[in-house]
Amino acid sequence: MNTLIYTAILGFLCMVLEIFNVRKLIVPALVLGLALIFGLNLNDWNSNQSFFNNMVRIDNFSVAFSGLAIFVTLLIFIMATDFYAEDQNHISDYMSILTFILVGALMMFNYANLTMLFLGIETLSIALYVMAGSKRFDIRSNEAGFKYFLMGSFASGFLLFGIALIFGASGSFDLAKIADYTIQNQQNISPLFYTGMFLVVFAMLFKVSAAPFHFWAPDVYHGSPALVTAYMSTLVKIAAFAAFYKLMSTTFFYSFEKIAPVLNVVAIITLAVGNLMALSQTNFKRLLAYSGISHAGYLMLVILTAKNQTAGALFYYSLAYALITLAAFAVAIPVFKAANSEDIDAFNGLAKKNPMHAAALSMAMIGLAGIPPFAGFLGKYYIFTEALQSGYFYTTLVAIFASMIGVYYYFKVILAMYGQPANESKMEQSFNYNLVLWVCLALSVVFGIFPGPILNIF
Amino acid sequence: MLSLTLLSIPLIAAILLLFSRGNLSRNLALVFTLVQLVFTVYAYTVFKNEGAQAFEFLASWSVKPVLNIHFAMDGMSLVMIMLTNLLLPLIVLSGYNRELERAHIFYSLMLFMQFALNGVFISFDGFIYYIFWELALIPIYFISFNWGGEGRAKVTLKFFIYTLAGSLLMLFAFLFLYNGTPQHSLDWGFLSSNPSCSCNQTWLFWLFFIAFAIKIPIIPFHTWQPDTYATAPTQGTMLLSGIMLKMGTYSLLRWLLPIVPAGVAEWQYVAITLSVIGIVYASVIAIMQKDLKRLLAYSSIAHVGLISAGIFAFNLSGFQGSMVQMFAHGINVVGLFYCADIIMNRTKHGEIEGLGGIRLVAPQFATWFMIIILGSVALPLTNGFVGEFMLLFSVYQYNTWLAVFAGLTIILGAVYMLRMYQKMVLGSAIKENMVFPDLYWNEKIVLVTIGILIFVMGIFPRPIMELTEPVLKNLIK
Repeated sequence: MNTLIYTAILGFLCMVLEIFNVRKLIVPALVLGLALIFGLNLNDWNSNQSFFNNMVRIDNFSVAFSGLAIFVTLLIFIMATDFYAEDQNHISDYMSILTFILVGALMMFNYANLTMLFLGIETLSIALYVMAGSKRFDIRSNEAGFKYFLMGSFASGFLLFGIALIFGASGSFDLAKIADYTIQNQQNISPLFYTGMFLVVFAMLFKVSAAPFHFWAPDVYHGSPALVTAYMSTLVKIAAFAAFYKLMSTTFFYSFEKIAPVLNVVAIITLAVGNLMALSQTNFKRLLAYSGISHAGYLMLVILTAKNQTAGALFYYSLAYALITLAAFAVAIPVFKAANSEDIDAFNGLAKKNPMHAAALSMAMIGLAGIPPFAGFLGKYYIFTEALQSGYFYTTLVAIFASMIGVYYYFKVILAMYGQPANESKMEQSFNYNLVLWVCLALSVVFGIFPGPILNIF
Repeated sequence: MLSLTLLSIPLIAAILLLFSRGNLSRNLALVFTLVQLVFTVYAYTVFKNEGAQAFEFLASWSVKPVLNIHFAMDGMSLVMIMLTNLLLPLIVLSGYNRELERAHIFYSLMLFMQFALNGVFISFDGFIYYIFWELALIPIYFISFNWGGEGRAKVTLKFFIYTLAGSLLMLFAFLFLYNGTPQHSLDWGFLSSNPSCSCNQTWLFWLFFIAFAIKIPIIPFHTWQPDTYATAPTQGTMLLSGIMLKMGTYSLLRWLLPIVPAGVAEWQYVAITLSVIGIVYASVIAIMQKDLKRLLAYSSIAHVGLISAGIFAFNLSGFQGSMVQMFAHGINVVGLFYCADIIMNRTKHGEIEGLGGIRLVAPQFATWFMIIILGSVALPLTNGFVGEFMLLFSVYQYNTWLAVFAGLTIILGAVYMLRMYQKMVLGSAIKENMVFPDLYWNEKIVLVTIGILIFVMGIFPRPIMELTEPVLKNLIK
């Protein structure tokens, strides 16, 4: 609970600091604050408290994911110093909105009540709509913000309508009570409930950008400022999946059979669409958007097995994916800036100009493709074993084929770096980006080699 | 603990090399590969005297999912380890009179590759074996891509995707096996003693077979190979053809046969027929080749086709022959590619036609080239003969007609190899003013070593057979 409140205070503090005209201090203060909150959050481990009439529940699940989210935000903020170096006038706005995205995510981790889930999603989404459109004079960014807003509103509408129907059937917003309702009325669960459940699940599928609800993702990822894209593809994806997982494992587990075939089909479509569409992309951010969709496909396998598995696989995979994506962005953002382009061509000949960065980005791409020794491989392996054990034979097979296709488009970037003649742009070296880059890669290898503590965290 | 030392020497070397520059890199690489070779000899004596116990290493990696690390050693692994660590110093040495850009990265990748290859050959747990199998792919991809010739981007990507696709199928097979038993064990000992797990063996067979067939390569999974051999830098090609191919054939013996016996029994005839088709097809294509490196690539397909045919014939002489031939082919093919590289480097001419008379200017080179070719066409008293004879005998035991076709490899092999030698080395020079200095010191060391090995192994193949016999006899049961 403290975590949530202090993070919100941090967001407000950001705006106050601007009034006192100490803009330079904002980012360091935020980083420091988040580091403290990270520690506070760990304090709640094994505490299992609930607050506000059981609206919010702090358990190990929420503590672990909150920790991950805060860590990701920390890394993003470290990069923000350089990213917003030329836009100091608005830095307090940006930083406070980014902090509120984290607040929304935290609510999505520790909700115990559907209204709280809705609040969390809205806090996160509204802040994100603003950030997506935050490059005001860029038409792409405007498009991204507007598109995300329109589509997101629809999804929110679905979610709210679904929650209302579930309330109508079960008489409660509380996750535990809704689960009780499905257990006690096994034979005559109201059709209202199922309708509500489907609507809620569809809304969640939209948030995790699973096909066929993924159409917003490429445009929004493409148009948003690169740092926001990095944030979206890591924190927001993790938050959506954690909330989704919690919903499936604590509330809908009893009525799971009804929705499993749908989710199964969604998983297959997501894997296919994400990987096949990624093949023809020339823009790096769009490529990562589709790669994000395909990773959503792998994570859908976790959702499918949510009923009988702990969240360890989800946590491990999210961690692996977030680290390696951030590493990729930590190379990509300065390259984009230097080349003034966000196409894969911007990486041409990076190996000649900047061998260290080229090697690092190659590692990130290999990691994203799920090749050992990076954590992504073990995460995939774990997910596949669980899915196969739960009997999703064909879905796993599709996932394996999807991994094959994945190699091709990740390697396009490597080919550009090593195979193409260099372009003239000169890349600036920045301590912050390098810090994030090497921390992420190192952690990714460490967790890949010592997976035990993370995999069995719950 | 000896297994860990085997792994750590090249790994440490690979990391150290990143911090070296210029000529120091290749000297360091040579020193480390020699250290590894010496250590391998030591390991061999330990294995001879004390048995496999000293190599045993078993540790738990993760409890859920159940992942174990299991390194061990038996005769088969030891032969492969010896091959790998024997070839690596030769391959490093062969690059001594070539200028390389960013040599430190090149040699670092090469030693990393040695680390992964050693890992593949001593892993006795499916998961860790898979990881090393994948790890071996990454350095060779970057070696071929960064230092390769024309069209490398396309060719190496094809190679990478091809082999990774195979690996993923194998991963799927391991996932199957993982879920096949309640213990979730992928340990080799466990899997080979419980081969009748609940999984569908037909499926399993094909998943494993395709993975290995791509690596070996067996027709029709070979299309990545000639292009990759032709564009990769010579040292990369040596690694690929000399050692990496053997990962596939070794894995057939180590993993496919003991773990999926029913599947093998069911599909044996398909596998062996494909292998024999590969022999004939590749030999015929090799005759038609104009490019020297491509000719060698196709000849390599023909040779490994015979190895896999012998393995699938499923009898002792086939197994033993395959081990002997793996070793022999590893040595010969490295020699052949080195000779090709020497020719191409000095004459800037990669075609078989339009050259000649090398013998007149470089008699030493011509002699050693001839010896290696004789080894490759399986002349008696050379190493190629022992293996091919046993392999053909085993195929004959399985089916006479298949043996007749497989036997063509010796005749056709002689045709394309000797014709190539005649056109390029004998006769009088077609090209005017050909500058062809005879062997440099490092070339001499490499070729003489290979030449001596060809004869020693041809006359005295016993050690390899003795080493592998107990393991292979076990396999027959």
